[in-house]
Amino acid sequence: MTLLSVENLAIDVTRDGESHRLVHDAHFSLERGETQAVVGESGSGKSLTALAAMGLLGEGLSVASGRILFEGQDVTALSEAAHNDLRGSGIAMIFQEPMTSLNPVRSIQHQLTEGMRLKLGLSRRAARDRALELLTEVGISDPERRLKQYPHQLSGGMRQRVMIAIALSCKPRLILADEPTTALDVTIQAQILALTSRLCRDHGVGLVLITHNLGIVARHAQNVAVMYGGRVVERASARALYNDPRHPYTQGLLASVPRLDLPRDTPLRPVPGAPPDPTVPLPGCRFHPRCPWATDVCRERVPPFEAEGDHEVACWNAEVASESRRREGVA
Amino acid sequence: MASYMLRRFLGSLVVMWAVATLVFFMLRLVPGDPIAAMLADAGGAEEIEAMRRSLGLDRSLLVQYGIWFGNMLQGDLGNSIYGSRVPVTEALAEALPRTLSLSLLAFVIAIVIAVPAGILSATRRNSATDTTVSLLAFLGLSMPDFWLAILLIIVFAANLQWLPAIGYVPLSEGFWPWFSHLILPAIAVGTAFSAIIARMIRSSLLEVLKSDYMRTARSKGLTPRMLMFGHALPNAMIPVITVIGIAFALLISGAVVVENVFAIKGLGRVLIEGILNRDYPIVQGAVLVVSAIFVFSNLLVDLLYGVIDPRIRLN
Ligand SMILES: Nc1ncnc2c1ncn2[C@@H]1O[C@H](COP(=O)(O)OP(=O)(O)O)[C@@H](O)[C@H]1O
Ligand code: SF4
Ligand SMILES: [Mg+2]
Repeated sequence: MTLLSVENLAIDVTRDGESHRLVHDAHFSLERGETQAVVGESGSGKSLTALAAMGLLGEGLSVASGRILFEGQDVTALSEAAHNDLRGSGIAMIFQEPMTSLNPVRSIQHQLTEGMRLKLGLSRRAARDRALELLTEVGISDPERRLKQYPHQLSGGMRQRVMIAIALSCKPRLILADEPTTALDVTIQAQILALTSRLCRDHGVGLVLITHNLGIVARHAQNVAVMYGGRVVERASARALYNDPRHPYTQGLLASVPRLDLPRDTPLRPVPGAPPDPTVPLPGCRFHPRCPWATDVCRERVPPFEAEGDHEVACWNAEVASESRRREGVA
Repeated sequence: MASYMLRRFLGSLVVMWAVATLVFFMLRLVPGDPIAAMLADAGGAEEIEAMRRSLGLDRSLLVQYGIWFGNMLQGDLGNSIYGSRVPVTEALAEALPRTLSLSLLAFVIAIVIAVPAGILSATRRNSATDTTVSLLAFLGLSMPDFWLAILLIIVFAANLQWLPAIGYVPLSEGFWPWFSHLILPAIAVGTAFSAIIARMIRSSLLEVLKSDYMRTARSKGLTPRMLMFGHALPNAMIPVITVIGIAFALLISGAVVVENVFAIKGLGRVLIEGILNRDYPIVQGAVLVVSAIFVFSNLLVDLLYGVIDPRIRLN
């Protein structure tokens, strides 16, 4: 059975009687033990999609349409209590900000063991033993001492390791990692990412790896979904996406990633312009104000999602864009 | 933590010393001669002189201060210079338990009401419960305590006759007699305090509930109870404790006022009578004790900080 399947997900915010669509159409899926990357600029709706799966959309936010199937069950239809049962033990989440994501006044031991005691029914003793194992597993030395400590006594990288241990602690089948390394030093980013990826593989846990950096997912994810303006605009295996990015936005993202296989002085080209404001209506393709290939149809009609084998893309001019890129010989 | 506690304790002693010194010199600089006041009717010049000598008032101010300070350290605050001339410590020892009983009972009642009210209104924001709590808090804050005291006496003592209107019975004569005399004044004193704390808990909790670490805690699938008591409250209480420290001062001053309405002869009564009679040793002693309560309740708050916040305890 497919582990997680997000289908045509739309998320709205309603405030003071006014409603805006923040996520228009998110969709991707992954099997047990796989890693699925979700990539896009900040504001593209990645976090909201993950939070919807956790049932932790904040006040005023709601799933407007679509489904999120976890092991075949639509979690958007679950009661709060049933969803709560799933959290931690079915789906766990790692957040972006290690500095603020741990409770400053509770010990590491408390934060690491409370879930296990509740969800796995472990005794205080057994939970502590497992906590020590987990800390060792995420590469924290002297776990006995660390258990007694508080978040402020740990570095950012160390805290994120603790977060990974917490996420793994109740033996979930799926972990949603929302930009787990964005706030860390560059040198530590790679370590944490490799650790997360390895542990999920070792434990057979599915991983949704959310990031705004297309460069870092190549090595860790089997499949990639690219999100723009609240929509998944391209979906493919990591290899296909790198070799043949079809959506102009994906191409732009790739051009802004430093690559080892190109001459060092190849200039990085960030995608010019800013992401769309979700409160302003924008007909047609949401990328058209920034797109070098935009034509009249782009400004009027939403491009449908079309598949060529396993490679899916939503762009009226994908053929042209892809062809031209090949001719430029950048790939 | 130990050095932090020691530092704070020594700091409190210094503050106490400063307060004592200030009180001593201020009373002597205030116009008005206590001896003249004492011997208002009787007494010629030589009687006044004799009195001065016997009270040591003929020495230099600094020597007087030294003697007074030395005596104070030994627990001798002198005698009242009015009426029965009881030792000041005796008068204070009689009054202190009354004021403390009243303040502590008011404190306990206030907290017992404020904490659940604050939690309820924060977790059910904008609900009928929240509105009710906000309204009650607003009322509680806008009613002067002596006015509330009179209202309570009229309703519960005079009309309904459920509780005694005035007076004080020590705890040693039984819980109910003690409690029944104190409950109305305690409500009068504690209402504003309770309103402040409930509001503070509400706003502090609302802030905490939005935090990243609460989202993390929710993502673990914890029970609502674990979320509230294991994660949200311990954080939300940190700023509340500061306010409790400040508001406790307010509560003591409220007790001093309300004591008079209920004819409880506590510190407030002693202080006011002392001032009216120009009974300086009594005033000095009472101010000293009230300051001590202030300083040490603040010290307690600081220590509580360390208990609840590891960032303070461990640094
Ligand atoms: N609580 C909220 N209220 C209103 N808008 C929100 C809220 N949370 C997110 N948004 C908006 O929704 C869009 C998607 O947000 P998010 O999913 O956090 O993006 P990402 O994680 O891809 O950076 C952004 O434009 C953001 O401003
Ligand atoms: S649909 Fe049009 S505007 Fe949108 S990405 Fe494709 S070419 Fe650009
Ligand atoms: Mg995000």
